[in-house]
Amino acid sequence: MDSRPRPPAQRGAARAAWLFLLPVLVGFGLFYLYPAARGLWWSFTDYSLLAEPEFTGTQNYAELVGDAQFWNALKVTALYVVLNIGSQTLLALVLAALMHRLTRSVMVRAMLLVPWLVPNVTVGLLWLWLLDADLGFVNHLISSLGGESTAYFASPTWALPTVALVNTWAYTGYTALLLYAGMLQTPGYLYESAAIDGAGETRTFFTVTLPLLRPVLALVLVTSMIGSFQIFDTVAVTTEGGPVNVTKVIYFYIYQKAFHQFEMGYAAAAGVALVAILGALVYVQLRLLKASSSDLG
Amino acid sequence: MRVFRLGATALTIVMVSATLTACAGNEEETSGPGPVTLTYALWADNQLPAYKQCADAFTRKNPNIAINITQAAWDQYWQNLTTQIASGEAPDVFTDHVAYYPQFVVRNQILDIQPYVERDKVDLAQYQSGLADLWMRDGKRYGLPKDWDTMAIVYNQDILSKAKVKPAELQDISWNPEDGGDFEKLIARLTLDEQGHNGLDPAFDKSKIKVYGFLPEMNDGAHGQNGWGNFAHSAGFSYLDKNPWGSHYNYDDPRLAATVDWYGRLVDKGYAPKFDKQSTLGRDAVMEAGKGAMTITGSWMVTVYTDQKAKQKYAFAPLPVGPQGRKSAINGLSDAIYAGTEHKNEAWQWVKFLASTECQDLVAQNAVVFPAIKTSSDKALAAHQAAGRDVHVFVDEAKAANGTFILPMTDKANEIGEIVQNAMQSVWLDQTDAKTALSAANKQVNGLLS
Repeated sequence: MDSRPRPPAQRGAARAAWLFLLPVLVGFGLFYLYPAARGLWWSFTDYSLLAEPEFTGTQNYAELVGDAQFWNALKVTALYVVLNIGSQTLLALVLAALMHRLTRSVMVRAMLLVPWLVPNVTVGLLWLWLLDADLGFVNHLISSLGGESTAYFASPTWALPTVALVNTWAYTGYTALLLYAGMLQTPGYLYESAAIDGAGETRTFFTVTLPLLRPVLALVLVTSMIGSFQIFDTVAVTTEGGPVNVTKVIYFYIYQKAFHQFEMGYAAAAGVALVAILGALVYVQLRLLKASSSDLG
Repeated sequence: MRVFRLGATALTIVMVSATLTACAGNEEETSGPGPVTLTYALWADNQLPAYKQCADAFTRKNPNIAINITQAAWDQYWQNLTTQIASGEAPDVFTDHVAYYPQFVVRNQILDIQPYVERDKVDLAQYQSGLADLWMRDGKRYGLPKDWDTMAIVYNQDILSKAKVKPAELQDISWNPEDGGDFEKLIARLTLDEQGHNGLDPAFDKSKIKVYGFLPEMNDGAHGQNGWGNFAHSAGFSYLDKNPWGSHYNYDDPRLAATVDWYGRLVDKGYAPKFDKQSTLGRDAVMEAGKGAMTITGSWMVTVYTDQKAKQKYAFAPLPVGPQGRKSAINGLSDAIYAGTEHKNEAWQWVKFLASTECQDLVAQNAVVFPAIKTSSDKALAAHQAAGRDVHVFVDEAKAANGTFILPMTDKANEIGEIVQNAMQSVWLDQTDAKTALSAANKQVNGLLS
């Protein structure tokens, strides 16, 4: 880091910088800071949305600790994130490596992004139809190959993995593109020397590509994990938390509490708890992966 | 710095105009004789044309009141309404449903119209019996009846005639929760495996079903309006100690458990699709695909099933007769006035018009639903028959003495719906038995009400 005292000309630049930041700051204050502060206040109240909030101290939080549904929602969400981020990152890495080493076709890159461009609700509906037990194309294929048709969104075993894989399908292309951009930063001479030393593609991937990708990979992991925790629309469209709560992820639970059951105060408390959990996770992840430093000396 | 000042000016302008609009909003509260526009919200898109006609007729009689109708699909409708009420921006008049109305009443969001009803001497006897009382609590009235619906069996005519089942066989078919009665035998006869064996054939292969005899609704909240509720009531079950506004639910009733188990047995025998092999697209889609012979449907669906574009030919039959007779859920809608409206008098005029023969006859002509007023209801039936739709079973059931029951009406309906539905689904997924699951659910539900 540069810690020299700044020349006076740069002080003017700082002013200009603030000026440029102003629109963003207004938006941030209006749409993030203010609602967050209000949410925090509501988490200490009994608020039905239809009457004025009443201060109840930490009662919501005390209830939250003993709420089996809340813990179940956290467990479901964690399982979802593991399935989703695991499959998505692995697939994206393979795709990015293929793009990097095999083809640089713009067509291929553009095609990878197509699922990501489709709105999430449409993605949910699309797969809801495709995977339908009676009328879906996928089950039609499976049964014509001699398999058994299954309602993937209604089966307690399959519902959560299905939701996770649907979102993997939607986001892998985007993640792959980010990783691919990261791979492009690796200087070409490293690959040349690896080739001269007789390293094969697999070896090159594990000793050159992957280690140098670490900071980018860390960033992608953190952002996609936070995104993954926010899973809501796919669940809301396909399973609505069912069957018997196996896909009731935390955001859907909070939404139900707030807007279906009119317990806004309680929902706000669950939201605050989620912020704390996510904050801790991100901190740990960034520390473990040393995201701010590169190995490229 | 000029840029900064410009930004500040812009911000000031925005804030000032915001304050100005706020002031303007306040002025409107003193509702004078000037022209008024009322907002009216409904969810049924197939009824929009009828209510547009009503609104036009109303404005012709009351030139000072214009009606602005907004329509949103069922799920979005309630989301919107809740958010609008929370922010004090709700429509002046909105279509109300028994499942949602208690929570608004408990939280004082609906205007008590009893004083108006008494003042203007609205004839409450003109409505289908029981409908007007649905919207009463402690002597206060929260809406006037709009329309009603009952339930019946809808069947695929081709599948029945191929199985040599005469429509007359369905007229008074018996059912009980123990062995399913003649109704279960019929379901078995109508179920076909891929080899064409029916459910009574010893060679019947329940792992390869082509047509299910019956499609049960397994996502049916705490009321089972589309299936188990009707069966359980015909076995003697009732939801609450007192409905509406009871304080104790009866979901631990053994007759309900027996009904839920019967559904489970239909699935085990291969006569109905397994829970995790059910289409998520709704039973009407499965019926359309020719994969179901019968299911239970509501009178609001008749125009869907009898549509010219439908791939299958359907007909309606009355519900089976249980140990306690035939019982159909009857549900009514009403029009409610938002308690925060700035135009209470105008809103009342509109609600009164909506609940009058003038508007309900217009609705009847469109032949989509059955209006709450008996004479208008008869006109709707005539309009249906004239259009070639034989839907008299719904009307017969509504008129039968002791033939109907109303859906459960208490606060916390949303949570209760989820708890009871989860309990039933865990039975149908073979995770537990009906007696255990429903007793536990009943404790939880009653805990919410106490």
